[in-house]
Amino acid sequence: MTAHDPSLARPNTPVTTYRYDEFDAAFVRERVAEFREQVRRRLEGSLTEEEFRPFRLMNGLYLQLHAYMLRVAIPYGTLTARQMRRLADIADKYDRGYGHFTTRQNLQYNWPKLIDTPDILEALAEVEMHAIQTSGNCIRNVTADHFSGVAPDEIEDPRATAEFLRQWSSAHPEFSFLPRKFKIAVTGAEHDRAAIMVHDVGLRIVKNAAGEVGYQVVIGGGLGRTPFVGKVLRDYVPRADLLAYLEAVMRVYNRFGRRDNKYKARIKILVHEKGIEEVRAAVEAEFAAMDRSAFSYDPAEFERIAGFFTPPPYEALPAESAKLRAERVTHPAFGNFAEVNAAPHRVPGYAIVTVSLKPIGGIPGDATSQQMRVLAEASERFGFGELRISHEQNVILPHVKQDDLFDLWKLLDGAGLATANAGLVSDIISCPGLDYCALATARSIPIAQAISKRFSDLSRQRRIGKLGIKISGCINACGHHHVGAIGILGLEKKGQESYQITLGGDPTFSASIGEILGPGVTAEQVPDVIEHIVDFYLAERQEGETFIETWRRIGHARFKDVLRREGEDGADI
Amino acid sequence: MALISEGRFIEDAWRRLADEEALPKSGKIIVSLSRLEHAVAHLDAGVALGVLAPNTTEPEPLAAALPRLSLISIVFPAFADGRGFSLARLIRRAGFTGELRASGRLLADQYRHALGCGFDTIEIPDDLAERQDESQWQAERTAHARTYQRGYVAPGSILEARRKAAAK
Repeated sequence: MTAHDPSLARPNTPVTTYRYDEFDAAFVRERVAEFREQVRRRLEGSLTEEEFRPFRLMNGLYLQLHAYMLRVAIPYGTLTARQMRRLADIADKYDRGYGHFTTRQNLQYNWPKLIDTPDILEALAEVEMHAIQTSGNCIRNVTADHFSGVAPDEIEDPRATAEFLRQWSSAHPEFSFLPRKFKIAVTGAEHDRAAIMVHDVGLRIVKNAAGEVGYQVVIGGGLGRTPFVGKVLRDYVPRADLLAYLEAVMRVYNRFGRRDNKYKARIKILVHEKGIEEVRAAVEAEFAAMDRSAFSYDPAEFERIAGFFTPPPYEALPAESAKLRAERVTHPAFGNFAEVNAAPHRVPGYAIVTVSLKPIGGIPGDATSQQMRVLAEASERFGFGELRISHEQNVILPHVKQDDLFDLWKLLDGAGLATANAGLVSDIISCPGLDYCALATARSIPIAQAISKRFSDLSRQRRIGKLGIKISGCINACGHHHVGAIGILGLEKKGQESYQITLGGDPTFSASIGEILGPGVTAEQVPDVIEHIVDFYLAERQEGETFIETWRRIGHARFKDVLRREGEDGADI
Repeated sequence: MALISEGRFIEDAWRRLADEEALPKSGKIIVSLSRLEHAVAHLDAGVALGVLAPNTTEPEPLAAALPRLSLISIVFPAFADGRGFSLARLIRRAGFTGELRASGRLLADQYRHALGCGFDTIEIPDDLAERQDESQWQAERTAHARTYQRGYVAPGSILEARRKAAAK
């Protein structure tokens, strides 16, 4: 950053995100230079494709079905307007004018050229961004609650911890060649929006009896072909021990995680096969044997980082905006948006706005460069220049004055960004599926689009209420179908796409893996099946009950039964 | 095999002793892990002893032999198998101060990982050495001025540098 930086002159300049110092900036620049050299050596032949692979993955570059794909990190989901504009510029210059926001707070470009990627990484580095460790068998981009710092139920903003971990995990000498990828998520709130129970390591910020902040450490969660809910490794790790404790976890995993079969190489399998007690004993023994002073936690460093995540200069406002109340009545479409997409904020008079990237019939998580620019503008005009990416593949404006909601809505509406479906049945999480992904066995995007169109009536969606549908195009479960209240898994059976439905998944602290409803159905049948399930839920639910609550109360068998009966009636399910 | 030390290809002064070969009276030899106990007990004091350790070796059984060992060579069965990095850390933690060698198809791109975890030398097959010349190892050795981690062998830790900058 220099004094001539135009972003400094803008109103609403972000004040609540981490700013690179000279060392961070030099570190990222070195990585770009290193990758440029690796690309050169690959093209010249001193690296084979097999040798090049882990290094390009560590820089976010995949070889996909049709082309390379570049996965850009959005650490802990926080993004500034300036960075969002840069993402838009890159989409225009090096891709096809759009980007795809993913379930791990990344942005993917689907059409970059290998030869251009060092330049893209350089363009990212200029705005304090990178693609470091967004892939590969290393510690991936650390994710966090997208309502960090603004959620009313928060103990502490988890982003300071996430940034602390981002630095510690970057280019780690010991843990860059792990048995498999390793994903860490952090939450600091009472409600889990970071899905920590289904990560390799989930960290929950807690307070001990003395009121000191520390971490509950959960390990061994994960989806994929063998889904597991994580187990508590330790109820409380003091902040001073966090890095040392994680080093112990990583060392145990690096040494004892299976490497004979990539599908059994995640830490969840180690925990499953050895048992949490044995893993805990190994971690605690390693932790006890370490010289913790050697790389000890530095409280001043943590405080330095935490100092960036301070609240923006909010105005003193009444808890409820009279202007908003009036506008909700005079503009019903806006009223619905405010009801569905605005969440309570910890500061009176403000709201947290979810901008849905799930227009009816659209591709979940996709944004055009023009939409990215509108989002950047929206954040500057109405939200201190700060944005978040949620693991639900939406964009969050974390600090919007209730008084400004109507003007914000008008701006978003003009860009096709005002779909009032946050958390509703058409707010579908979906992986890219067979349309882009080399691993996929079935399409995901057209399924999401068909369901979205089937439930296009937003008033009906509101009547149905909060209901998460998640779609994966293969058993690797990038669409998190296992933890969808309704999960859909696309498979290939005898040359046909077949979709397996699961019910009852939950990614929060009360995590559960969905149960299979019955035999797979065809792509054409999926919207019918979902509609039957939803109708059955509406008929059975008690006042105020969510889908998952009804499902838990009346049991999976009843849902299965009703579908079986529907099938006999000729619905052919 | 080619040996890299401080970013340069050097002559290897060590010789791997086959299990059926008799213990020599002089020189520098590397024995297999299974022969280590026997070698410690019977080798002439003037012979420098090294051991070839699979990356699954537990550090505890090695501990007894550490004072007698001048070299430990950890095998990397594949460059993407990072167990050797953790084992190196544990061996250094146990107090080993001799030469720690990484042996396998390691890439120049992994040099700083190896150095960071306490390795001194890298032994790679000749075909790999032909593709990855000295300049690549030298470049990798000097490319990374600072790292975020502490407690690893590194030219400098960013945290230390920050602390110094803040104290000014």
